[in-house]
Amino acid sequence: MSTWERFLDTFFNAKVMARYLPDILSGVVVTIELAVLIVISGLAAGLALALLRSLGVRPLNWLIVFVVDLFRSLPPLVIIVLMYFGLPAAGLSPSGFVSTWLSLAFVLMAFSEEIFWAGITSIPKGQWEASRSTGLSYGQTLMNVVLPQALRLTIPPLTNRTIAITKGTALGTVVAVTEILGQASSAVSNSYNPSPLMMGAAAYIVLFFPVVVAGRWIETKFAWKR
Amino acid sequence: MAKTIVEARGLHKHFGALHVLKGVDLDVAERELVFVIGPSGSGKSTLLRCLNRLEEPSAGSVVVDGIDLLDPKTDINHARQRIGMVFQSFNLYPHMTALGNVTLALRKVAGKSRAEADAIGRKALERVGLADRADHTPGQLSGGQQQRVAIARAIALEPRVMLFDEPTSALDPELVGSVLGVMRDLRADGMTMVVVSHEMGFARAAADRVLFMDHGVVVEEGPPAAIFENPTQDRTRAFISQIQRH
Repeated sequence: MSTWERFLDTFFNAKVMARYLPDILSGVVVTIELAVLIVISGLAAGLALALLRSLGVRPLNWLIVFVVDLFRSLPPLVIIVLMYFGLPAAGLSPSGFVSTWLSLAFVLMAFSEEIFWAGITSIPKGQWEASRSTGLSYGQTLMNVVLPQALRLTIPPLTNRTIAITKGTALGTVVAVTEILGQASSAVSNSYNPSPLMMGAAAYIVLFFPVVVAGRWIETKFAWKR
Repeated sequence: MAKTIVEARGLHKHFGALHVLKGVDLDVAERELVFVIGPSGSGKSTLLRCLNRLEEPSAGSVVVDGIDLLDPKTDINHARQRIGMVFQSFNLYPHMTALGNVTLALRKVAGKSRAEADAIGRKALERVGLADRADHTPGQLSGGQQQRVAIARAIALEPRVMLFDEPTSALDPELVGSVLGVMRDLRADGMTMVVVSHEMGFARAAADRVLFMDHGVVVEEGPPAAIFENPTQDRTRAFISQIQRH
């Protein structure tokens, strides 16, 4: 066997790949489910916190900033492990799936709150004043004038952050979530061959590449003519 | 005796330790055009911004068209429809077309349907000579055109008084004329106006009254000819001569 054949046999072993393809595909489904849940709940919570913060209630803002900074500084893996192994002590026993979802949603909430907040504060004061001077209320100004502009600005950093955090679903393996990486690594230990890991890598690319492209597309679509 | 539209009494404004307005009174009669001049930092913009409560006066009273703006029971958003404001930096909404800019408050505050608002909005754009620019975004318009859209946005709500905060200061010299032209038309239509500006030529030609402010007080006021030709106060004289040297 030549070196090249040995390489192929080790990393792209057709027999092993065919055997574990269904497992990897079921992992893809779990990853998609997790990713969708994390993105929706994380971004919604982040936006809600940013809007709350814009009301300017001091004690509330201290609390928001504290929570946000906490989740931004903790490694996601630590949060997942704490939730999965720590919450049972408090009488709650979230599954690995729920632990991973909530942990990463909190992290995305924290980062996206900061991004939404930066977007809102970057809108010039004159926009608020023009709107308020025509009689729009604070809320109407926020919804019709400030947010539409702020959201456009936040799309690029938000896309990056969302992709980075959604890839963190792989961390779910440590709490026995059967997502792509979990399926791939158990297939590797069962088959004594790393080919399933290559399939897992391919699955991540197939999954996230379109998201990256879509992010770029949204960016150009929502840019307004200056 | 014409009806009084704006009645400000004993206005004070503090920004921290800074005392920007030190007891200013201002009455503006219906159809009157009052010009406010003065060096930067004299408090003239702050005075204007107190008249629609964009700035909260520290003390004093502001009554516009019979509505006490500082009364906690006053619905300020409702009252502001009667007070149009035009800013130095236009402040158009960049994500909307010219027509969208003009119709937003008509739909959201005045409760007009989209069709009604569009009809009123197009008429307002026509009044400022920009009927053909309704579908352009601010980025596609010149500074002068943007400022005229901003004027249309304010007059579409049929205000009782228009406040202009240095409306031509951010414009290239060749674009100033178009904005002043629109203001002259408004004046001819009987709009009550308070204008903070350095356009002395316009003040001479169009103002009924000129106020000279310095250090938070009205130093002197009178008809433009008197203020510009025969100021009685030294500070006014110094300011006028400085302005005219440029």
